[in-house]
Amino acid sequence: MKKNDVILQTVTNVVAFMIILFSLQVFFSGHYHPGGGFIGGLMTSGAIVLLLLAYDIKTVASIIPIDYKILIGIGLFFAVGTGAGSLFFNVPFLTHAFNHFDLPLLGETSLHTAVLFDTGVYLVVIGVTMTIIQTIGESE
Amino acid sequence: MLDLVLKISLIAVTLSMLALLYRVIKGPSTPDRVIALDAIGINLVAVIALISMILKTSAFLEVILLVGILAFIGTVAFAKFLEKGEIIERDRNH
Repeated sequence: MKKNDVILQTVTNVVAFMIILFSLQVFFSGHYHPGGGFIGGLMTSGAIVLLLLAYDIKTVASIIPIDYKILIGIGLFFAVGTGAGSLFFNVPFLTHAFNHFDLPLLGETSLHTAVLFDTGVYLVVIGVTMTIIQTIGESE
Repeated sequence: MLDLVLKISLIAVTLSMLALLYRVIKGPSTPDRVIALDAIGINLVAVIALISMILKTSAFLEVILLVGILAFIGTVAFAKFLEKGEIIERDRNH
């Protein structure tokens, strides 16, 4: 019997964007407020899980054509690359640096290399969560 | 004065959570339990908001939105399991 989940799919189309925006806000405010890469990655994968609930694995794979196993590798590369980048400046591994920059539109912003490390954490959390959920969902 | 009001409402919300917990334990069918768990999640949002007012901090405001989103996703997943027997379909068009 075919079911038509029109209410669930319409609500998902709106709510998934809100969850992704909230996860990005939590991710970028992680330095000064509660949040960070871990909870941001979990919320982003929560939005993708909501898409998986409303649609199916094939449709979501065509909406977001990302291999999540490669995402884990990119995230680990970000984390290790941020740590190893400090070795070029004759400081110990994983030494972070920050400075104030005058960005257009945003004004004076302090940019920190810890954000790049957090990006690695974010990508690894999305990759691991989605790999686990998709592997369990695909098996019969 | 406000502190007293906040504590009284915290007790009231906790009592309603206990009543919902009775429905989770006793509930004759699984949908009763799912609805009760969803309502417990929404009451948890109220508890967190009241506690963050009592502690005079805005550090828990992310948690409120987080619990709301998680309660929604969890209830949708449970509803889909009860209706179709599987949570994530491979291809819904056949």
